[in-house]
Amino acid sequence: MNESSDHLLRSRRSSESLFSRFQVAGLVVLTLIAVISKFYLPRLIPSAVWLEVPLLLTIYFGLMRPDPVPALLFGAFVGISEDSLSPANIPIGMYGITKTLVGYFAASVSQRFNVGTGVIRLILCFFFFVFHAFFYWAMRRALLDQPVPFDTQQTLLHGAFNVAVALPLYLILDRMKLADES
Amino acid sequence: MDAIFNRYRSYRSLVVLVVVVMAQVLYLAYQVRTHNDERLIRVWAVSAVTPMAGIVEAVRHNTIGFLKDYFYLLDVRDQNRRLKSDNDKLRMENVFYRNQLNTAEHARALTLFQAKTPSRTVAARVIGDSTVSTAKAVFIDRGSTSNIEKGMAVVTPDGIVGKVAAVYPLVAQVLLVTDSTFKVGVESQKGHIHGALNCGSGKCVVEQIQNEEDVAVGEWFYTSGEDRIFPKGFPVGTVISVQPGQGMKDVRLNLSGAPGGAEEVLVVLDGVHQTIPTAVPPEEKMAPPLPPPPDDRQMTSAQPGTVQTEADKLVQKYQQLGKEEDHVYGAMNSNMPNFNLKPAPKQPTPPPGAGGPAAANPAGKPLASAPILGAPLQTARPSANPTKAAKPPVPTTLPPKAALPLGSPRPKPPTDSAPATPPTTQPQ
Repeated sequence: MNESSDHLLRSRRSSESLFSRFQVAGLVVLTLIAVISKFYLPRLIPSAVWLEVPLLLTIYFGLMRPDPVPALLFGAFVGISEDSLSPANIPIGMYGITKTLVGYFAASVSQRFNVGTGVIRLILCFFFFVFHAFFYWAMRRALLDQPVPFDTQQTLLHGAFNVAVALPLYLILDRMKLADES
Repeated sequence: MDAIFNRYRSYRSLVVLVVVVMAQVLYLAYQVRTHNDERLIRVWAVSAVTPMAGIVEAVRHNTIGFLKDYFYLLDVRDQNRRLKSDNDKLRMENVFYRNQLNTAEHARALTLFQAKTPSRTVAARVIGDSTVSTAKAVFIDRGSTSNIEKGMAVVTPDGIVGKVAAVYPLVAQVLLVTDSTFKVGVESQKGHIHGALNCGSGKCVVEQIQNEEDVAVGEWFYTSGEDRIFPKGFPVGTVISVQPGQGMKDVRLNLSGAPGGAEEVLVVLDGVHQTIPTAVPPEEKMAPPLPPPPDDRQMTSAQPGTVQTEADKLVQKYQQLGKEEDHVYGAMNSNMPNFNLKPAPKQPTPPPGAGGPAAANPAGKPLASAPILGAPLQTARPSANPTKAAKPPVPTTLPPKAALPLGSPRPKPPTDSAPATPPTTQPQ
C-alpha cells in the first residue's frame, strides 16, 4: 500500500464518520421535533393527542434499516425521551420497552420482505400502531396495576388516522434520505 | 470457537434486544419498588423541551393573536371604508380595546377568585400536554422557583383541575382529575354525603355512595378535603344522573372546572378548608347589558330641540321655515321659501295632567286647538305674500244642512216663473 492510497482511505474514513455524525444529529433533531410535537401540538389541535409521530419515526427507521440493533436502540432512545415527559405516576421505561420492540420487529420484517412500496409500509405502520397501543396498555395493567381502559374501535380509528399522517411524512423522509445519499 | 462466534453473530440482534428490554424492565421494577421517580432524566428532558415549548407558546400567543387581530382589523377597515374616516378610526380602536378586554377577562376572574378565596394561590398558564395520550396531564409555566411543590392542588374559579405531580425549576406537571389513576374526595351539598370522584372510565363517577343515601340530580358536590390534596369547599360539579346499583349508587357528575380545557389555573400554595356553602355557588355577577342604541332618525325625531352647534341651529331653522312655507327641499316645482322670515315660535306643550286648558292658560287667551269636524280650517302659518295674508281665510267646508227624515219627499228647487204660493182669491 503506497502513500496515496493510505491518504485516500484516511479521507474516506473521515468523511464516513462525518456523514454518520450528521445522520446521528439529524436523528436526534427529528426525535426532538417528534417529542415536542407530541408535547405541544395537542394544545393547538386537541385531536392531535392521538398523533404518534415518535412511533411513526421508529417504524420508518426500522423499516429502512435491515439491521435490527440500531433500530431497537433508536426505538429505546425515542421511547425513553417520551417517557421522561410522561406523567410522574408512569415510571420511565414504558414507552422505552414498547418502542424497542417496535423498532426490532420493524427491522426484522424489513429483512424478510420488500418494504419499499408505500402500501406495505402503511399496512405495517397500522399494524405496529395497534401493537404499540395494545402492548402499552397491557404493560400498564400488568406491570403498574393501573386500570386503563382499552377501546379497540378507537384504537383502530386512531391507527388509520396515524397511517394517513404517515403517508406524507414518509414521503418527506424518503426525499430527505435521497438527498442525504446523493 | 469460530462456530460459537458465528452463532453469536446470528443471534446478536436478539441478544441485544433481550439485554435492552431487560435493562428497562429492571429499571422499571426498581422505580415501582422504591417509589422513586427518576428525577435526573426527567429534569434533563423537561429542561430541554419546555423552554422550546414555552417559546413556541409565547410566539403563538402573541404573534398569531396579533395576526388574527390584524386580519380582523383589515376586514373591519374594508367594511367601513365607505364610512367616514373618523368613524373608521374609532371603530378600529374600539375593536382593539374590546379584544384586549376579552383577553384580560379570564385573568381578572382568576384575580378576583384569588382575592376571594382564603387559600394562598399562585396563577399559572398551561404550556403543554403530556406525551402519553391515555394519561391526562399538562405542564404549567410555574415551578419550584415559584414555591410550587409536589402534591399541591390546582384549581380554577369554576372548579378543580388536578394536582401537581412533578416539579421542575421553571415548570410543573399537573395530573388532571380526569386521569384514570386520580381520585378526589367529594361531599354533597345537601346531605353531606361523602364519596370518591373517579373519572377513569371517561365519565366522572362518585363512588362509595350507598343506595340508601339521598342524592338528587342537579345537586352540587364539593371537595371534602379527605384526600389531603384539595381543601374542603371547592366546587367540583353537579350531578347529572343517579341510578341505584349493586349496593352502591351510580352517581355521575358534570365537572364544573373543565380541567382539560383550562388555559390559566391557580396552584394552591397554602390550602385553607372552608365550609360547604348552603347556596348554589354564585356565578360571576355581571352588569346587565345596556339596551341597543336607538336609531339616529329616532334620536333626531324624539329630541328635536337638542342642537349641538350653530350649523345644527341653522339647519333646524331652515327646516322649520320650509315646513311653514310648504317647501320641499330638493323637490321640483316647489315654491321658493323666504329665508329672511323668522320661524314661528313653538308653543310649549303642557305637561300631561297639569290642570287642563284653564290652568295652562291663566290669562284667558284663546288657545289653538284641533279643528272641529265641519268647522272652517284655519291656518296659522304666515304667508310670504302680504296680499295673500291680508285676505280672510276661505272656508273649505260647506255650511251644514238640516237633515231630513228617511222617506220624506225630496224638496224641489224653487223656479223664478212660477210662484211658490197659491193664488189668492179677490173679494167681490
